[in-house]
Amino acid sequence: MNWGFLCNLLSGVNKYSTGIGRIWVAVVFMFRLLVYIVAAESIWKYEHDEFECNIKQPGCENVCFDHFFPVSHIRLWALQLIMVSTPSLLVVFHVAYRDNREKHHNQKPYKSPGEIDGGLLCTYLTSLILKTGFEIVFLVLFYKLYNGFKVPRLVKCDIRPCPNTVDCYISKPTEKMIFLYFLVATSCLCIVLNLSELSYLIFKYSIKR
Amino acid sequence: MDWGSLHTILGGVNKHSTSIGKIWLTVLFIFRIMILVVAAERVWGDEQDDFVCNTLQPGCKNVCYDHFFPISHIRLWALQLIFVSTPALLVAMHVAYRRHEKKKQFRKGDQKCEYKDIEEIRKQRFRIEGSLWWTYTSSIFFRLVFEAVFMYAFYFMYDGFRMPRLMKCNAWPCPNTVDCFVSRPTEKTVFTIFMIAVSSICILLNVAELCYLMAKFFLRRSKRAGNPKHHPNHENKEETKQNEMNELISDSCQNTVTGFS
Repeated sequence: MNWGFLCNLLSGVNKYSTGIGRIWVAVVFMFRLLVYIVAAESIWKYEHDEFECNIKQPGCENVCFDHFFPVSHIRLWALQLIMVSTPSLLVVFHVAYRDNREKHHNQKPYKSPGEIDGGLLCTYLTSLILKTGFEIVFLVLFYKLYNGFKVPRLVKCDIRPCPNTVDCYISKPTEKMIFLYFLVATSCLCIVLNLSELSYLIFKYSIKR
Repeated sequence: MDWGSLHTILGGVNKHSTSIGKIWLTVLFIFRIMILVVAAERVWGDEQDDFVCNTLQPGCKNVCYDHFFPISHIRLWALQLIFVSTPALLVAMHVAYRRHEKKKQFRKGDQKCEYKDIEEIRKQRFRIEGSLWWTYTSSIFFRLVFEAVFMYAFYFMYDGFRMPRLMKCNAWPCPNTVDCFVSRPTEKTVFTIFMIAVSSICILLNVAELCYLMAKFFLRRSKRAGNPKHHPNHENKEETKQNEMNELISDSCQNTVTGFS
């Protein structure tokens, strides 16, 4: 039970997606999941151990780390990946329900996105809106929690039990910043893909009418 | 043997669940087990190494850590997930028993048996009625009890769901009252609240499923009482329709959620 589970989930969803939807799945796999697993995890692995403060006072490093990183970047990233992938399950459930109904009435079951209509289109659009919503929420959360997407080299901390203002140094700040910008860029790309898919579907079905 | 094996075991139960049961299973795997494995375990990974006490006295840090964390959150969650998942095995065992009986009937060449071959028996989904209804309802009841017990255990053991930054400890061999600092308290609080919230959602889903099953039971009873000369084929068609729906939803889910590594 790890990221492979999410990969299987997304592969299953691919069947019912439009062309843009498939590009979205590919972007999520290659540029987000894979980058997360092979690169990002190892950068943030020892963030706590390598966070050093210029003080010997026991407990000072702990409280300073906790103050500057209430929720670690890597955990937020993981939560974002999970939340952004799950709305696709709505479509899977709806398709299964539709397949059963159409079989029962001896009609051709839904096979390709070209046949989306009514309820299924609503579900698909809802999943797109939810995906986009989650992306934006997490980007805003990142921005608010860390005052932008920069990772400073040095932070000054004066929380008890640190006796005075103490210099604390973050490990690998530049590398973390680069990967954060990468995360933001891929999130924005996914938002753009979702919005294009949304517009495409709305345009297509309003013309059909 | 890891969380993936649990997925294999419960995947079989999925076929015989109601729609709410399938949603519960999805929530369990994605928002609890997956979050535990990919995020929470890392947050608690260094909990003892980075638990720092303001003393040089050997042994003090160990006894203080042990005093404040008799059982780690991560282990409690793992136990909770295992206990909450296992009542579903009751249903799996009951279904296996029924299949075994049908296979025995088929092999004897019983004319009442409506199956054409063994494969059909293997693939058949049973209606949730009769004794299977009781087994299924009991499994949901046990799930509810286990969820509630573990939530209470969390609340009781850790005085609420917040992780404090500083703990004062004076257990022997610490010389006096000593300040001990927990690592990543805010992140741990966030994840604890997240897991509690998802537990609550699972409790609600279980309660909804229980109400749904009760309603179905009483409706069926009142139909039978009100219409004693019911046509058996018509009722069978309704149940077969529900069966097929469940089958297709579970097939779809199986296709989507098949592998693990």
